[in-house]
Amino acid sequence: MSKNNANQERDDFRGWAKVLKPIAGLGAGTLNQSRKLFAFWGGLFLLFSETLSVTGEALLVPSAGSGRRALIFQMVRVGVKAIPIVILIEMAIGMILPLQMFAKLDEYGQAEQIATITAIAAFRELGPLMTAIVLSGFAGASIAAELGTMVTAEEVEALKSMALNPVRFLVVPRLIATVIMMVMLTIIADLAMVFSGWLTGLKLGIDADVYEKLTWEAVNLTGFATGLVKAGAYGMLIGLIACYLGLSVKPWQGSEGVGQATTNTVVYCIVAVIGAAAVFTMIFYAYGLFQQ
Amino acid sequence: MTEEQKNKAVIEIRDLAISFSGQSVLEGIQLEVYEGEVMVIMGGSGCGKSTLLRLIIGSFAPDKGSIRLFGREIIGIREKELDEIRKRFGILFQSGALINSLTVGENVALPLREHTNLDRATIEIIVKIKLELVGLRKQADKMPAQLSGGMKKRAGLARAIALDPQVLFYDEPSAGLDPVTSAEIDQLIVDLTHKLNVTSVVVTHEMDSAFAIADRMCMLDKGVILKKGSRREFEQLRDSDIEVVENKQDILIRQFLRGEAEGPITERKTQSDYEEDLMMAGLMPHG
Repeated sequence: MSKNNANQERDDFRGWAKVLKPIAGLGAGTLNQSRKLFAFWGGLFLLFSETLSVTGEALLVPSAGSGRRALIFQMVRVGVKAIPIVILIEMAIGMILPLQMFAKLDEYGQAEQIATITAIAAFRELGPLMTAIVLSGFAGASIAAELGTMVTAEEVEALKSMALNPVRFLVVPRLIATVIMMVMLTIIADLAMVFSGWLTGLKLGIDADVYEKLTWEAVNLTGFATGLVKAGAYGMLIGLIACYLGLSVKPWQGSEGVGQATTNTVVYCIVAVIGAAAVFTMIFYAYGLFQQ
Repeated sequence: MTEEQKNKAVIEIRDLAISFSGQSVLEGIQLEVYEGEVMVIMGGSGCGKSTLLRLIIGSFAPDKGSIRLFGREIIGIREKELDEIRKRFGILFQSGALINSLTVGENVALPLREHTNLDRATIEIIVKIKLELVGLRKQADKMPAQLSGGMKKRAGLARAIALDPQVLFYDEPSAGLDPVTSAEIDQLIVDLTHKLNVTSVVVTHEMDSAFAIADRMCMLDKGVILKKGSRREFEQLRDSDIEVVENKQDILIRQFLRGEAEGPITERKTQSDYEEDLMMAGLMPHG
């Protein structure tokens, strides 16, 4: 009797197990993913804190001159070459936005307000954001690929074995370069978008003087500054993620590992940047920075 | 051998063991390298010799055991202290591992610039001397990508000796080189060891070069040290007749030293139930 009972229980258990298995799988998958996510952000944070401490050290004990050259080299690579693409994209958006808004605004007799909309969109949001997306592909991918290749070519290990800290030697110049170039490119992007909006406005029959006046009214120092703060933060994210994923390639992973790191960098950068954009906008909104 | 043992051990390894994802890679390694000698670590691919080298230079930590460099335990010490020890040794990596964005001269100058207070002119002179030692003075302004494999290795060697290290590590110094370049590198290793009184540790599977440079040798197989001893002992084993050697282990080592296709190493590889494997692969109808 008791044996029968036991058998019955076991069958019941098996039946339940069958039902529960996919759910358990889902749970395990979620756990696994969250563990990965946690490890990723943890690793990123560690790299960030080490970069900060190393940067401090580097500022206190300036090394014999190789630092500045490396920084300039990285700035050119990260930023200067991206200028045409940034201008192209921002000019396209500067044209799209007014064209989309024009008809509706015209109904209310507010056609000239496309100037305000374009300016606010450019300086507060789309200037930094679109630049960051361009740089994710431009700088992020190339940094990750470069560092990943350096790992597989034993270069990073060679640095370590020469008692040279790879973070100081490789991460610091790249990170500073992405931050600086992100801010610079954003200024260019803002101007390109507003200029393109102005041209479109002219075509749509809006008086140039009115457009200019409304633009100046819409752009205040706060809007401009918050845009640049965002740009700096995006640059930091892109540089960190690219360096982290590039250096996370294992020597034996070879070209496949480098490719994986590069792809992941672009995806993670874009997600992180857009996520950060949402958070920033919420914070600035909550603090009433956009109220006037 | 007795003469060597009078010298102090520069590297002392005790009970070293490491495993990767459950698989033991090195086990019970005991090894000491004495001042001023060339120690050659040999073994087939995947025997753990590169891992051993990486452990000695502190790239990662072992599961257990102790490694003493210059009498100091390096397992578990802080990265900063390890860096101080690292400045006293140089490493030649398999591919040279030059920094690709710097010229050859800048590569050699890098450790000098970062770790010494020498002025630019002095560094330039030292770089020239080091490059001349490896025969690359004319190539100082070239980028690594413009160099051949052998040149890259020689440039890597110039960088490794930039800080006048007391110990030099070589990871497969003659792998992928033509015989002449390979012999040149061997000659360089011997010269550097004797002229500069450097201690050298060479990881290789090229027997010609191993016998050309070694003072002492050590044979690694499947993560264990099978034999260590003077070059002479290994030469005797290599040249011994079949009848003289009965020890199975010695037969295996001799096959490796002679580079023969037949022997215990080969048998070990092919033994693994080949027929069964084929059947499993689908020759037999599945149930």
